[in-house]
Formats: sequence, C-alpha cells, structure tokens
Amino acid sequence: MIAAVAQVQPGQPLQLPHVDWVTIGPAGIFFVGGLAMLLAGVFLRRRVPRGLWSGTTVVIAVLALWPAFHLWHQIASGGARTAIADAVVVDGFSIFIDVVIISAVVMAALLTDGYLRRENLEGTEFYVLMLFSASGGMLMASANDLIVVFLGLEILSIALYTLAGFQQRREGSQEAAIKYFVLGAFSSAFFLYGIALVYGSTGSTNLGVIADFLRTNSLTNGLLLGGFALLIVGLGFKVAAVPFHMWTPDVYQGSPTPATAFMAAVAKAAGFAALLRLFVSTFNTYRLDWQPIVWALAVLSLLVGSVLAVVQTDVKRMLAYSSIAHAGYVLVGFQTASNRGVAGALFYLFAYAFMIVGSFAVVTLVSGRGDTDASLDAFRGLSSRRPALAFVFTIFLLAQTGVPLTSGFLAKFYVISAAVEAHSYALAIIAMIAAVIAAFFYLRLIVVMYMAAPAAEGEEAAPTARIPIAVGAGMSLTIAVGFTLVVGFLPASVFDFARHATLLKL
Amino acid sequence: MVHLVWLLPALPLAGFLLLLLSGRRLGDPRAGWLGTTMVAGSFAAAALVTAGLYLRAPEHRVVTQTLFDWIPVGGLHVPLAFRVDQLSMVMALFVTGVSTLIHLYSIGYMHGDDRYPTFFVYLNLFVFSMLMLVLADNFLVTFLGWEGVGACSYFLVSFWFERNTAAVAGKKAFVTNRVGDFGFLLGMFLIFAHFGSLDYGAVLGHAGSISSETATAIGLLLFLGAVGKSAQLPLYIWLPDAMEGPTPVSALIHAATMVTAGVFLMARINPILAHGPAAGTTIAIIGALTAFYAATIACAQDDIKKVLAYSTISQLGYMFLAVGSAAYVAAIFHMVTHAFFKALLFLGAGSVMHGMHDEQDMKRMGALRKWMPITSATFIVAWLAIAGVPPFAGFWSKDEILVNAWDKSKLLWGVGVVTALLTAYYMSRQVFLVFFGRPRWQEAADEKAPAEAEAQPEHEPAATEGATTPTGAHGDFRPHESPWTMALPLVALALLAAFGGLLNLPLNHSTEFLTKWLDPVFGSRLHEVTASTGTKWVLFAITVVLVLVGIAVAYAVYLAHRVREQEVEPAVLRHAWYFNDFVSALVSGPIRLFGAWSAYVFDRRIIDGAVNGVATLVRDTGTSVRRLQTGFVRNYALAVAGGAVLLVAFVVARTA
Repeated sequence: MIAAVAQVQPGQPLQLPHVDWVTIGPAGIFFVGGLAMLLAGVFLRRRVPRGLWSGTTVVIAVLALWPAFHLWHQIASGGARTAIADAVVVDGFSIFIDVVIISAVVMAALLTDGYLRRENLEGTEFYVLMLFSASGGMLMASANDLIVVFLGLEILSIALYTLAGFQQRREGSQEAAIKYFVLGAFSSAFFLYGIALVYGSTGSTNLGVIADFLRTNSLTNGLLLGGFALLIVGLGFKVAAVPFHMWTPDVYQGSPTPATAFMAAVAKAAGFAALLRLFVSTFNTYRLDWQPIVWALAVLSLLVGSVLAVVQTDVKRMLAYSSIAHAGYVLVGFQTASNRGVAGALFYLFAYAFMIVGSFAVVTLVSGRGDTDASLDAFRGLSSRRPALAFVFTIFLLAQTGVPLTSGFLAKFYVISAAVEAHSYALAIIAMIAAVIAAFFYLRLIVVMYMAAPAAEGEEAAPTARIPIAVGAGMSLTIAVGFTLVVGFLPASVFDFARHATLLKL
Repeated sequence: MVHLVWLLPALPLAGFLLLLLSGRRLGDPRAGWLGTTMVAGSFAAAALVTAGLYLRAPEHRVVTQTLFDWIPVGGLHVPLAFRVDQLSMVMALFVTGVSTLIHLYSIGYMHGDDRYPTFFVYLNLFVFSMLMLVLADNFLVTFLGWEGVGACSYFLVSFWFERNTAAVAGKKAFVTNRVGDFGFLLGMFLIFAHFGSLDYGAVLGHAGSISSETATAIGLLLFLGAVGKSAQLPLYIWLPDAMEGPTPVSALIHAATMVTAGVFLMARINPILAHGPAAGTTIAIIGALTAFYAATIACAQDDIKKVLAYSTISQLGYMFLAVGSAAYVAAIFHMVTHAFFKALLFLGAGSVMHGMHDEQDMKRMGALRKWMPITSATFIVAWLAIAGVPPFAGFWSKDEILVNAWDKSKLLWGVGVVTALLTAYYMSRQVFLVFFGRPRWQEAADEKAPAEAEAQPEHEPAATEGATTPTGAHGDFRPHESPWTMALPLVALALLAAFGGLLNLPLNHSTEFLTKWLDPVFGSRLHEVTASTGTKWVLFAITVVLVLVGIAVAYAVYLAHRVREQEVEPAVLRHAWYFNDFVSALVSGPIRLFGAWSAYVFDRRIIDGAVNGVATLVRDTGTSVRRLQTGFVRNYALAVAGGAVLLVAFVVARTA
C-alpha cells in the first residue's frame, strides 16, 4: 500500500509518506495477528487445547476494537481526516464498518471451532484466512484512493476464494471455490477497468482529488460515467446485487457453512462500504447519473432475490437468495444518497451481519457431518429435537422477515423511511412487496421446523439424529440472537452509532 | 389513578414472563390460574384508570404517559408512550374484561393438554400485545402491538401443530396479514413524510393540513392493514382456517379482540378519514359487501366453528360499514356487543365440542339442550343477541349501524338489512341443529364405526386428541355439561349479551352513554343521523320483521323439515363461493409456476441458451446435468458481462 501511494518522481529518491499506524490499526491488528497465528500454527502443529485458535482469533478481533474506539473518540473531538499520504481516511463511517466486520469475525470464529473438529480439518489456516480477508474488508472501508480500494478488494477476495474451497474433500466446496474465483477475477477486471476510466477522465485515483475535480469541472463525455458503471459492476458482484448475483447460490451452498456465514456478512459489508464511499461521497455531484442505475439494481435485487428464494428447497440456497434481497434493501438506502439513507444502510448491514451469521450457524449445526444436508427436510421437526435451536432460528428468520421487536424490522423501517423521505415512493413500495413475498419462505421454514414427524404421504420421515452443539457455536448463537433482540427492543444506541458514522466530506 | 395505565400491559407481560420461566413447574391448572389472575388484575387497573379519567374535567380527558424514548433519532422520534383517552379506555376495558373470562374458561377447557402452561404463555402475551395496540400513543407502537397480536395468533392457531392443517393455517394467517401490514407500513411512511411525526396527537390534530388526496391515500393504505387484520374481502381467507386453533383462541382472538383491531384503527384515524371522504365510501362498500358475502357462506356450513367464523367476518363487515358511514360510535358499540355475544357463541361451541368429544359437525348433534342446560341457555341468549332480536344487545348496535347506513346510501342499507335476515337465518339454523330436533350423534356413531358400535354402542365415535382422553371419565358417549370454570364465563357473557344494549340506548340523549363518552374523540366528524324519527321507526320495523322471517325460515327447514336441507345448502355456498380454491390455485399454480419458471429459465436456461444456442434447449437432461460443472461459470460470467453492457449502454445513452 505504501508503495502504491508513494510519490515517485524521476531522478528523485523515493519519498515515503508518514505512516500513522493507528489509522490502519484495526486492519493492521488483524493482519499481524493472522501472520502470528500462521507462524504459531507451524510450531504448535500437534496437540493444541480445544478452542485455542478460535479463542485467539476472538482475542485478536477484540483487540482491534481498541484502536477503533480510540479513533472514534479522536474523530468525535477532532473531526474526520485523511492519513498516510491521503491514501486512507479515518471517519465514523470506516469505524462503523470495522465494528461490523469485527463482530462478524468474532461470531464466525466461535462457530468455526466446533465445525473444524467435526470435519477433521483442525488447524490455524481457516482462522488466518478469515483474519486476512477481514483486514482487506476494513481496508476497503477506509480507503481514500481507488488503488487502495482495489487492494482491499483483492485481499478480501483471495482469502475468500480459499475459504470457499476449504473442505477439499467435498466436490461442492471445490466447485464453489473455482466458480467464485473465476467470476471474482472477472468482476475484478471490470472494477480495474472502471478505475482506469475514472482515472482517465479525472486525472487522479485519489478520492479527494477526484471529488474536487468533479466539483469544478463538468464532464460531458461518457468516459467517467462508463467508469461509474464498471465500478458498480465490480462491487455489485461482491455484494451480490442482481444481475451480478448468479454465483451467490452456488458458492453459498458449496462453501463450508461457517465460511458462507463469514462471506455473507463481511464481503457484503465491505462491498457496500466501498460503494457508499465512492458514490455517495466522491461522486456525489454526479448522483443524478448513477442513482438510476442503483435504483434498477435495488429493484432487481429485491424482486429476484425474494421470488427465487420461494422456490428453493435447500436452506443454504434459500438463504443465499434472501441475502440477495437483503442487498436490495441496502441499495434502497444507498440510492437516496442522503445522510439518512447512508445511516439506514449502515444500520441494515450491522443488523444483517448478526442475523445472517446466526442463521448460517444454525445451518452449520443442522447440516451435520460432511456439511451436506441442508435441505428443508433436514429441518423437519427440529423443534422437538432441539427446541432451543429451532427457537433461535425462528428469531433470525422473523428478523429477516422484518417482524417488529427484532433488529430486522428497524433496519427495513430505517431504509424504507429514508426512501420515502427522498420521495422514492415506487422503490419503497417495491421494497415492501419484496418483504411480503419473502415472508413466504421464511415462514415455510419455521413451519417445517415446528411440524412433527411425517407430514403427508410421500414425504420422508423427520430425521432423528442428535445434533451436537459445540460450546463456541452456542456462544456465537447467543451473541447473534442477543443482538437481534436487544437492538429490536432498544435500538437507540445503535441508531446513534449509525447516525454519527458519517462519511468524510470531500 | 390515570397514571396507573402502565399497569395494564405490565401485568399480562409479567404473567407472560412468569409463565415462561416457571410455567412447567406450576403445571395444570396453577399456570392457568396465574395467567387468569394477571389479566383480571389488568382489568381492575383498566377500571381504575377509566374511573380516574371519568373524574377529570371533560376537557382534560386525554392523558399521555411516556415510558422512554424508543427510537430517538433525529427526525424520527418515537417514544414508547400510552394514550389514555375515551376511545382507548373503552377498548382496554372490554379487551381485558372479555380476556379475563376467556382465560378462566381456558383453565377448564385446556385441562389435560400436554402443553397447558404454554397455552397461557401465549395467551398472556396476546393480551399484552393487544393492550399495546389500543393504548399506544403513536402509529409505530400500535404497529408493534399489531404485529404482536398477529404473531400470537399464528402461534395459537398452530398450537396443535401436530395436525398439519393447523400448521398450514398458521402460515396462511401470517402471509395474508403481511399483505395487510404492507398497507399499514406504507400508510405510516406516508404519514411520516407529510406530518414529520407518528404521534397521534401531532398527526390527528393537524389532519387538516394535508391535501384531501393524501388523506384518502393514507386512509386507504391503513384500511388495507385493517382488511388483513379484520378479515375483510378479499383478505378474509385466513380467518375460517384459523379455526384450527383451540376454541378459546377463536373466541378471544378471532372473534372478540384482535380482529376488531382494524375497526379500532379506523376509528382512531377518524380525522384523516373525515378529510378524505373517498376512503370512507370505499370502507363502507367493502364492509357491506363482506357482511353480505360472509353471511351467505355461513348459511351452508356444517362445522360449528366455521359458521361462527364466517359470522364474525360478516359482523366485522357491519362495523366497517359503520366506520365508512362515519358512524364511529355505532362501530365501537357493535364491536363491544359483538365481543360479548360472539365470544359467548364460541365458548358455547367449545363447550359443546367438549361435551361431544371434539365433534364439530352440527349434522351429528341435535337436542343437546337436554344434556347441556347451561350451555344451551347461554347459547340461545347469544343467538337472540346476534340475530338482532330486541331487546338483546346485538339489536341495538346493529340497528344503529343500519340507521346510519340509510343516511349514507339506501343501497348500503339494503345490503345491511338483507344481511340481517341472513344472520338471523344461519344462527337459527345453528341453534336448531345443535340444541333442538332429535339427537343424531348416535346414528353418526353407528355409521362411523358399525362393528364397534354394535359391540359397544356407547363407545366414542371419533377418538381424536384434544382436551380429554378417550377413556376414563369420558368412557361412555353421552354429552355432558362442562365444569364451573367453563360455565361461569358463559353465564357472565350471557348477561352482557342480554343487557349490553344499555350502554347506548337510543331512547333519548341522556341514555346514550357511549355516544356521550366518546364524543370528544370524534367531535363533529361523527355523523349525525338525519333520518326523521318516523323513518327510524319504519327502518326499525323492517329490520325486526326480516329478522323474524329469517328465524321462521330456518325453523321451517331445520325443525319442521318442510324443505330438504340439501336444497338450501348449495355447493357454491358450502365451498365459500370457491374463492379459497381460486386463491390457492392462483398461488400454487401460476404464481408458484412463475417462480419456478423464472428460477429455471432465468437463471439457467436463458443464459445457458444464449451461450450455447438453441440446441441446448432440446438436449437431453442427462447431458445437461453433466454439463453443469463446466457450463455454468461461463454462463454466469455472461450474466455479469451482460449486466455491465446494460449499465454502460445506459450511461452512453445518457451522455448522447
């Protein structure tokens, strides 16, 4: 990164910018922590106590909260700023995304422990990849330069590809990794091309410089707008917005479920972080040009995600389509390009991270050894086998439906009210129609869980195998369900957090 | 005393929490007693608060109590606050009162159920949610209660989830209500966009500041919510299915309280409705149509609870007819009297089913008045009340609605009186089939299990699960009267159904207690009946004559057997005009097919076909399954590229 932003003039010695380490503290701790764990893993190959690596990951993640707190207070008193030769930005927005990612990492790491033991895949690698990937996501959130955004994107993605294929012995996992990799590379190319076009039309990759340029010059050629379009393609792929969503069901279904949980929460948060910063902040003066695109993506994501989820019979695929619909809601907030819309989108991402990791945590436990059976039938009669598990899953599903007293309701309420405030009535109506459609499949799953044994002739009897719940997974579920309910009851503090997490004015 | 209002929801909430934590340990019947006590306490608190409100000067009879700021964000400021006024206290009183009686009844009715404590957990949660709904000081808290009662309703409908039908019915209720909630939410957003607040005080006080079109839009959107919750056309389909739930649930939620929430909401937003008259007319028309439509169906149902379900839909239609005619007091009045007699009818039906070992087919009953004296006596009171025979409660409230409808439109009045005739007819049919005539359960038992019946003629015909075990106390098959916990609520409700009319007797202004009490809530927006006293008497006479005709016809068919029963029960009515079949055909047919088609075609075929040419479409399945591994990635990539092309084309078109 430093090399990327160092100013190299011919005939002059390389000038390194001043590096204010704390500004990239959260990402740095993740990165260094990941490296340390990788090394430690080499030396402690054998006989590590249970839960050591997952515990270490949680500790690293919690440590990363410290610079985040520090920076938050710094911003509150001194205002947002840029650092490291203007390559990164420190504002409430980036801290908020950091916190979202940290929370997701904590929950995913706790969940992973039992999973790896069940699948005989013990080792540090899974955690290390998660930490690396998360550090990339944080970098995207605080990037103030298109090149840094790209760097973050790649750090995030490459680790994710590996995570997707982590269960080498299972074909589905391999297939997911290959698909994700090929398509991810493809979309990165679009993103890079978009950077090139924006650079070509504005003469800089620095977001601040670009914003200045766009304020003072009015561009009439299609170069810049073409750049916008390609940047949206690249990031739209990461957040799984329609029509760049096709990989999602296959990859979500094939990946090891904890990896799915992680990528659903983190890749989406990071992708939206970059989208919001680039478009709402940097390209704000051209919002009339990009808003229609985002509007269309939002509508498509909401409808395609909800409608296609209805016909799925595999719970992982269904959650994948529902996560596409969730991306649609965040796009609704994004489309308004208002403070309230951004705060709504952030709140949504935060709430969504807990709901989705929780949901996939349940799927991890239910789908059993080999991580293979996540069909609806596997969930039949779950309430009688594991009442508590069925209950928390019900909470997550109700939250995703948007039922009041869960965080999911307030998240939807927030983005839709932002859309109404921005007079995007049609979008608000479509978002609510999508919610009605979505109620169908969430409910179907709840009904299946609470239905006793064989329901009708021709259907298989309910599975009866015992479902062990590892300690870590239990903790992860407790955190997720606690957040979902507490924020549903008392959302004020998180609302405030999202509202103060403003983007740096460029 | 008014500031005790927080106790109203707090007591059932405490009951809910206590039962949740220690319900299993308390067991049967102590868990039931705990739940009942809490709700009774809530009723006492409601009475105290109402007394406190009454003692205040009339102009100070609106009190708000803020507990805490729920969502304190910039423009959107939503406190968790209660609004104590005349309307909310009327609601709170009858909700807690009827709830107490039904809780008491449930102690006996649910006796022996495996999940006895759980039932009361849900029931207390329901009362809490319902009180949040009616006491709320802003739309969002009302919505919270609105969703809460909905959730409890789904849980309780599918309480016996071992039956697949119960689980499916719960799901149907949920999804149908989402359609309505969508309207509620949208209306709420529109309110916020125009008033900048969701508080009742701020919104209703400035209803005049918005355009008439906006008011109509808000009114209709919120009415869509009411249509879902109060089971009006075309979203009523969930309510008949909801009868899968235990009978006290049908009485409490699907007759007396929750389903009237829509009427309450409409009454609450009366300033907005007054400002957008088109909304009022729509509401009146939908209400009248639903009343008539559901009444026709009720005439041909054999299930004792289904008759009552359609009857409830029909009576709710009356209430909306009243709301649409700006006769808010009549709507509330009918809501209260309906709660009395309909809860009584359901509880009576539950008592019959209890005594008949879960038999629900009225054609297999008959002459039960000899075996169940209390049940039949109270049921007959409720019958006279709902049929509209003076001087029972239903007569007064229905008459008031019809007089107001006459002012609104003669046509709506016409639909209303024909419905009154049908109501008298189908309710008489039910009473005659169940309590009079000759006993038919023995024949039913014989034809159902002839071999068994010969050897053991008194054996129970249908051994179904439920409140009682097949053997033991109920070993021989003879209908029997229910225990006192079930009989007492029946008697109490019968008294209310008989004398409820005293709340608002139209003799002179001083006896119209409800009108006087509610006057500040509606003010000048309340419709003043313009019909002359003479006209009123004529209308009154017509109604009474038609009611008597309805009863006489039912007598002729079902007791005197002048006409064969089948001839007056056409299949189209038995099947509820096939509307349900139509909807499920639509949902499971075209809509589901469309989803499957788009999943298949859109995500697989079109992209696939575009890459590989039309040939792929006719390739046999075996090959295409094998091709999945290699084919998809590039097909997906094509989708990404296609999307990119579209976006670029869009921006190019914009710059050109």
